Amino acid sequence: MSDRNIVLHVADVSKRFGGLKALTDVDLSVAEGTVHAIIGPNGAGKSTLLNVCIGRIRPDQGHVVFAGTTLDQQKPHEINQLGVSRVFQTPEIFPDLTLLDNVMIPAFAKRDGAYRFHALQSVESESEIRDSAEFHLGDVGLLERRHQLAGSLSRGDKRRLELAMCLIQKPKLLLLDEPTAGMSRHDTNMTIELLKRIKARGMTKVIIEHDMHVVFSLADRVSVLAQGRIIADGLPDEVRGNPKVKEAYLGEAHA
Amino acid sequence: MAFNLSKQDWLLFLGFALVVLTLPISLQPLGAAYPALMQKFCIFGIFALGFNILFGLTGYLSFGHAAFIGIGSYAAVWMFKLLTMNALPAILFSMVVAGLVAMVIGYVALRRSGIYFSILTLAFAQMFYNLAYSVLTPLTNGETGLQLTLGDPRVLDRMAGAATGGLPRVELFGIGLSGGGYAGFYFCAIVLILCFFFAIKIFRSPFGLMLRALKSNQNRMRYTGFNNRPYLLAAFVISGVYAGLAGSLMAVTDPLAGAERMQWTASGEVVLMTILGGAGTLVGPILGAAVIKYFENIFSAFNEQTLHRIFDFLPDSIENPLVSGLSLFVGEGWHLTLGVIFVLIVIFLPGGIMEGFRRISGLFKRGGGGGKPAVAAHAQPAE
Repeated sequence: MSDRNIVLHVADVSKRFGGLKALTDVDLSVAEGTVHAIIGPNGAGKSTLLNVCIGRIRPDQGHVVFAGTTLDQQKPHEINQLGVSRVFQTPEIFPDLTLLDNVMIPAFAKRDGAYRFHALQSVESESEIRDSAEFHLGDVGLLERRHQLAGSLSRGDKRRLELAMCLIQKPKLLLLDEPTAGMSRHDTNMTIELLKRIKARGMTKVIIEHDMHVVFSLADRVSVLAQGRIIADGLPDEVRGNPKVKEAYLGEAHA
Repeated sequence: MAFNLSKQDWLLFLGFALVVLTLPISLQPLGAAYPALMQKFCIFGIFALGFNILFGLTGYLSFGHAAFIGIGSYAAVWMFKLLTMNALPAILFSMVVAGLVAMVIGYVALRRSGIYFSILTLAFAQMFYNLAYSVLTPLTNGETGLQLTLGDPRVLDRMAGAATGGLPRVELFGIGLSGGGYAGFYFCAIVLILCFFFAIKIFRSPFGLMLRALKSNQNRMRYTGFNNRPYLLAAFVISGVYAGLAGSLMAVTDPLAGAERMQWTASGEVVLMTILGGAGTLVGPILGAAVIKYFENIFSAFNEQTLHRIFDFLPDSIENPLVSGLSLFVGEGWHLTLGVIFVLIVIFLPGGIMEGFRRISGLFKRGGGGGKPAVAAHAQPAE
């Protein structure tokens, strides 16, 4: 592992909400091109950790370094422009727009940056972006429904749409917050296949997941978070065998 | 590139232009075919069209857009006084001034959203309204309003050696625009048509798509790599420029400017126009503006005699109670009619008059058996 470049480095990050210690001295390194899973019981601080990575929450202590840039003072849109995209636990999509528009918008952000307006061109003439959007909608199996409004999708489909919205940006780092929650077994397997396919494209991923089937079929490395601390970190099989983890998390699930 | 529209949009644009230019004929049966009223339709159409770029696309409800109307009017009259009676410099200057003021107001007001944004814009507009009567009197001439005088410098006109006996009129290369003639109407109509063209461009552009996306989910925009504020500010400034342009046209057709144009009721009126016609649609706000101005000017002139004439064919025992009942709704009571229509539309047709049209055309399509109602239902935003 150590011979690969570290893309994301979370260095001794702590965050408190009032009296609650959400994260305590969390230290995490994600190597380029790997899938890094973060698991842990509810309330362990997994989503908080991702929020710190995208600039939604500022850490009280410590830093997040992405590809050599410290993210402390960066605004969310700047972090995205650096190459970080995120799938949220509750899908964040544009419910009043069509699926095609939903996927085209992130492509514009990628191509034009955070500020540039094109007020006198037509969306219709942007065939390159539309083709790319249709390709990525096809990737998640939503191509035939591209003219529907996104708000009319089921929760699992919204998730897949959001995934397409992130993938079209070809991010260097993709953060996935329970990407298969609310999906049927069939859709979950489809999503795993999709994530395996994009793994071949060399995208680094951090994935939070409850479904151990998903974790052990995708992850190259697993970190276990419990009560805001990393209690184990290693290859999937090592972590699976770790007694501390069994106690904190797997044991609980097996009980 | 910049002047391209899709085939459908060209049809829409040409159809719109045709309707506007033939208003003097088509409004004949409605009794509204006189230039002074028709140019009001155009001016308020421009106002509502611009307002809709902000409200319809981004969902930010400004309650202070009348301020830009006032600023546009004052700026235009100042150009007439200082430079020339030609309409073009006045219009351009008004647009620039309104745009700059919009940039300042927008910069502050857009720090908040929802009701707080509305209140901030209202506060700014009221501030301008009150300042026009106090601190800004040297610029606005207070309650008298800003008017042309014989002593105005009009530098360019003097240099051109224009001999002026009496007050000059606003003109465009020799064609008189002020005073309620057809030239004034056609001038406003052409400006409206140009404004409509740019509105189509904005609606169909990536920029327009981003504004709609901002209305839909600002969080997602942020985490998708957009800086939301400049987009909102651009929409605010564009709508302010449209309003300033409308204000300058008021001054072009009648070269005086008063602060009453900036009152909050005028700001509220454009909200009504937009919602009545259909927020977020291209034609709706213009239609709403025309309906409201029609009621204000024509319906309010109906009196009991007119009603008696209309219902003359009925026996007296029915005619008299009918007329006295209906007379509540016409003349002075036109606000009541407008209020009832507004309430009915908001409740039954939340998409405004345009949604009514869509539903009617939907019925026809289904009747013909060719349409796909399910797809049509998806195509329209549910709001």
